[in-house]
Amino acid sequence: MRIPLGWLAEFVDVAPGSTIDDVHAALVKVGLEEEGSHGFDLTGPIVVGEVLEFVEEPQSNGKTIRWCSVRVAPEGQTAADGGEDVRGIVCGAHNFVVGDKVVVTLPGAVLPGDFAIAARKTYGHVSDGMIASSRELGLGDEHDGILRLATLGLDPVVGTDALSLLGLDDQAVEVNVTPDRGYAFSIRGIAREYAHATGAAFRDPALESPSVEASGFPVVIDDDAPIRGRVGATVFVTRLVRGVDPTRPTPPWMATRLNLAGIRSISLIVDVTNYVMLELGQPTHGYDFDKLSGGIRVRRAKPGETLVTLDDQTRSLDPEDLVIADESGPIGLAGVMGGASTEIDSSSRTVLVEAANFDPVSIARTARRHKLPSEASRRFERGVDPEVASAAAARVVQLLVDLGGGTADELGSSYSKHDAPAPVELPDGYISGLIGVDFTPEEIRTSLAEIGGRIVEVEGGLLVTPPTWRPDITHKSALAEEVARIVGYDRIPSVLPVAPPGRGLTREQLLRRQVSQTLASSGLVEVMAYPFLSQAASQLFGSRTGEPVTAMRVANPLDAEAPLLRTTLIPGLLDIARRNLSRGLLDLALFETGLVFLPEPGVEYGQAELPPGGARPSDDVLARLDAGLPPQPRHVAFVLTGNAWEKQPALEARAVGLADALDSVRQLGLALGVDIRAVQGSHAALHPGRTASLTVGDVVVGVAGELLPRIAEEAHLPRVVAVAEIDLDALIALSPREIAVRPIFGFPAATQDLSLVVPRATPAGDVSAAVSRGAGALLEDIRLVDDYRGSGVGDDQKSLTFALRFRATDRTLTAKEASDAKLAGLAVAAAEFGATLRD
Amino acid sequence: MISDESVAAAVDAALTAIAAAEDSTALKAARGAHVGEASVLSRLNATLRDVAKDQKAAAGKLMGQARARVAQALAERESEIVAHEEEVRLEAEFVDVTALPTRARAGARHPLSLLQERIADIFVGMGWEVAEGPELESEWFNFDALNFAPDHPARAMQDTFFIDPVESHLLLRTHTSPVQVRSLLSRELPVYVIAPGRVYRTDELDATHTPVFMQVEGIAIDKGLTMAHLRGTLEHFARAMFGEGAKIRLRPNYFPFTEPSAEMDVWQPNAKGGARWVEWGGCGMVNPNVLLSAGIDPEEYQGFAFGMGIERTLQFRNDLNDMRDMVEGDIRFSQQFGMVV
Repeated sequence: MRIPLGWLAEFVDVAPGSTIDDVHAALVKVGLEEEGSHGFDLTGPIVVGEVLEFVEEPQSNGKTIRWCSVRVAPEGQTAADGGEDVRGIVCGAHNFVVGDKVVVTLPGAVLPGDFAIAARKTYGHVSDGMIASSRELGLGDEHDGILRLATLGLDPVVGTDALSLLGLDDQAVEVNVTPDRGYAFSIRGIAREYAHATGAAFRDPALESPSVEASGFPVVIDDDAPIRGRVGATVFVTRLVRGVDPTRPTPPWMATRLNLAGIRSISLIVDVTNYVMLELGQPTHGYDFDKLSGGIRVRRAKPGETLVTLDDQTRSLDPEDLVIADESGPIGLAGVMGGASTEIDSSSRTVLVEAANFDPVSIARTARRHKLPSEASRRFERGVDPEVASAAAARVVQLLVDLGGGTADELGSSYSKHDAPAPVELPDGYISGLIGVDFTPEEIRTSLAEIGGRIVEVEGGLLVTPPTWRPDITHKSALAEEVARIVGYDRIPSVLPVAPPGRGLTREQLLRRQVSQTLASSGLVEVMAYPFLSQAASQLFGSRTGEPVTAMRVANPLDAEAPLLRTTLIPGLLDIARRNLSRGLLDLALFETGLVFLPEPGVEYGQAELPPGGARPSDDVLARLDAGLPPQPRHVAFVLTGNAWEKQPALEARAVGLADALDSVRQLGLALGVDIRAVQGSHAALHPGRTASLTVGDVVVGVAGELLPRIAEEAHLPRVVAVAEIDLDALIALSPREIAVRPIFGFPAATQDLSLVVPRATPAGDVSAAVSRGAGALLEDIRLVDDYRGSGVGDDQKSLTFALRFRATDRTLTAKEASDAKLAGLAVAAAEFGATLRD
Repeated sequence: MISDESVAAAVDAALTAIAAAEDSTALKAARGAHVGEASVLSRLNATLRDVAKDQKAAAGKLMGQARARVAQALAERESEIVAHEEEVRLEAEFVDVTALPTRARAGARHPLSLLQERIADIFVGMGWEVAEGPELESEWFNFDALNFAPDHPARAMQDTFFIDPVESHLLLRTHTSPVQVRSLLSRELPVYVIAPGRVYRTDELDATHTPVFMQVEGIAIDKGLTMAHLRGTLEHFARAMFGEGAKIRLRPNYFPFTEPSAEMDVWQPNAKGGARWVEWGGCGMVNPNVLLSAGIDPEEYQGFAFGMGIERTLQFRNDLNDMRDMVEGDIRFSQQFGMVV
């Protein structure tokens, strides 16, 4: 909401010399946050001039200029810039005649856009100033020639300061009006708030317009389908004005105020209705009375009805839409936009003025349904003071009489059936007990009276009836807020409450931190990708088998190409990898932990009907709400590409690969005390020979591998990109709650190597496991130290060498005991995989 | 023949050879030549058994002294050579410590994660607990339970991502407040929890907005909590985050889920360019309707809630200009922080 200061000052005493910042500071104290400020951005000397004579001079460029003699000060007096009273000015426009009063910007003036006026040589003359157009003054878009003051109905004395004449010296503050303060969408409401903030006297403009009980014009409120029991219209005031000349100019003071308030000046009648809406917060509408057929009926639209609105759009109406209708059918979308059939035009003479009060929910739904947020709907949605309609209608009538030459008629209507505000009980001590300030009874009563509340003392407290413009006050907590803000939030002291002893972070929270810390310590950089994916990206890594992915879809995505919620972290990480690569950062090791969204195919999530707020739903209903959400487990994933390290003195560069991803998987396992095993696996997006399925015991917790080169290429990534993704929630659930500790024994160890030959396809991990099982309790450690293929070993075979370490818990082992254990290991490997001892 | 002369000559020869040995090889050769079995001294020593009985003691003493002298010289020389050779070797093993290869990658946490953890720790230190909830939420938890009436303009102000189909009433949570409701429903009173996490609004990414961001919200519901306790909690938090001189200023505002509501500014005493007030977040006393949604009697319990953006907090705390740096994942951004925020 923008508030021109001159307008504000009509209804509240603004201290002389108050700056924009002072006004902002006052308003923010009562909850109207600063959004900006506006002005015409021009400075004088800018004065009224009179064209005395001119000569038309054709130029070589085809234009004809006028070399004008302009009087800018009364005869014999010094002009506003200290210069002569008559000036020679070059003008390119031709829309004026001798004797016209115009606006002259004299040397020293500055126009919007930092355009400084100076006497300058042009077209063979020295132009000692400029004759301004509306657009140059920031007054509007009109650029068909210069501004002739006669068109505004003005005939001021030559030399008059044009800035104050046209209202161009005013400024506006812009504040954010929160949705609970519909009344503050008006100069009236802001002036009241300014009075609260400063203690200055407030003059209510709603009390200034004469209240007329007009009657005779038939108005019927016929709402057969109120939304949630609330009738669509509770107030409907109409007034008739005859003989209005709609072609009269809007006076400049009104045009500039509208302009400062952010509303374009259109025509006198439209401007007047907008002006009154801004002033009082009551949207009003003018109908061309001669185009109406019979009286007005406010009702819900009928199925199939249409309406051409003022923007010339044909709207199909919904039976929930509240419409204004006459005998011809709908003529307006109530509280949202008028209809074209009764629109005021330049031949209109008789205007029916409407000031009504409509149900906020009905208006909100209609505005949203037809995507028609308007100045009117914005106010009705937030609640308009039902008592202001009559004053607003009277104010429109008065302005049409004063400015449009009309005559007020007695015909009209005064329908009003709105509920009186319900009194709110305020027990003694409640406000102090909520705010933590010992307000005096006097402070409480004064504050509540100041906002317009009517107070009655009752047993144990007060009964407060809120003013009609505060439909938001329905509970004593709202009264507490009013008292706290009127007295000032600065009064609230600082007291640290003592919470009961807490249990600290949960085990899951601690372990998650440990995971991130560990991965970062081992060289990965944490990133956070947006969870929105395109169909292609979602499919890229979405399923192990390559089947189409089921994903949740955003109904209103920012990027229509990326409406799906991720089912995997990998595409987001690849995106971030690509961004880094494009910036020349080629060696990357990234990780992310975050939620993925895993709907099950064929399941419909969500609830068609929600329980109401303000009451605890039953356990069943709550359980259904939760069951309506898709699983959202937390995953962890890494992407590695480029080199693990670059070439350095005496060290060759080393490219990363699957082994690095598995290293990070092991680090992750260490962080959680979980032994994650890699076994040969498969995934539609991964290299068929370089994919590991990650398991803990029998549970598959994730996958690691190198991207298929084709996919890497299509994604504009290097050929080798190692990735891994793990269900972190599942992994944390597998983390042991207690560690089974074995004692440590100090007897000497015996170490032996075991070289054996197995078929090539046999995974070394399986052979190792077999040897371990066979070697029994004496085996303390087994490590694969060599995988040999070549001469001496069959073409389809390989030789694996393990280093074994044996130890007994109660004695020094003999070499024979160690050898026997080793051979027992070999025996199992031989039985399971046909392993033979290598000679 | 053992005689003073012959022994002295052998000793002299040996000492000369030992002294002349430059390295362990030469010393080994000298040892072989002068104390080995074929050496003069050994051979002389072997003749001791032929010496007459009455001269045996004197000859034995002479030989013993001679051999001891040589042995000592050998030992001394050996330790000199070992020391020298060690010195030479260490010199040869010199490396330029500024040119050694690095093999460990520089990993990093994301500063937003670190800041979120730091915030959680401050509250855990006060006895609060950390609560979490789903990011894809039911509209009931995100709006209805929080006193956003259906069709109220406050709902539209939240710029919500809805899930298709919209009739399912699912959305991406616009704040972490649903976690507050879940906490009130599932926990024993009194409740003191904070809920950090990711939230979503349909704002295009620019220098000060991102559609996906992190928030931390707190809620305390107990008997007798007042707005003074709200300010006290925020002030304690602010001092932990921004230093001892930090303080809180409250301005009236509106949120459906609190009444009274306030916008909070924090006085940042150590801001680059001078101490200043900065807009930090919103707060207020929990609206009775929210308590009723969770089945709590507002006549018995009351409390406060607050919330702020973690991106914004990081932005003014660390004087960052562009929000995009936080979301793009350029590794240079996080690597500046490393493991510390």
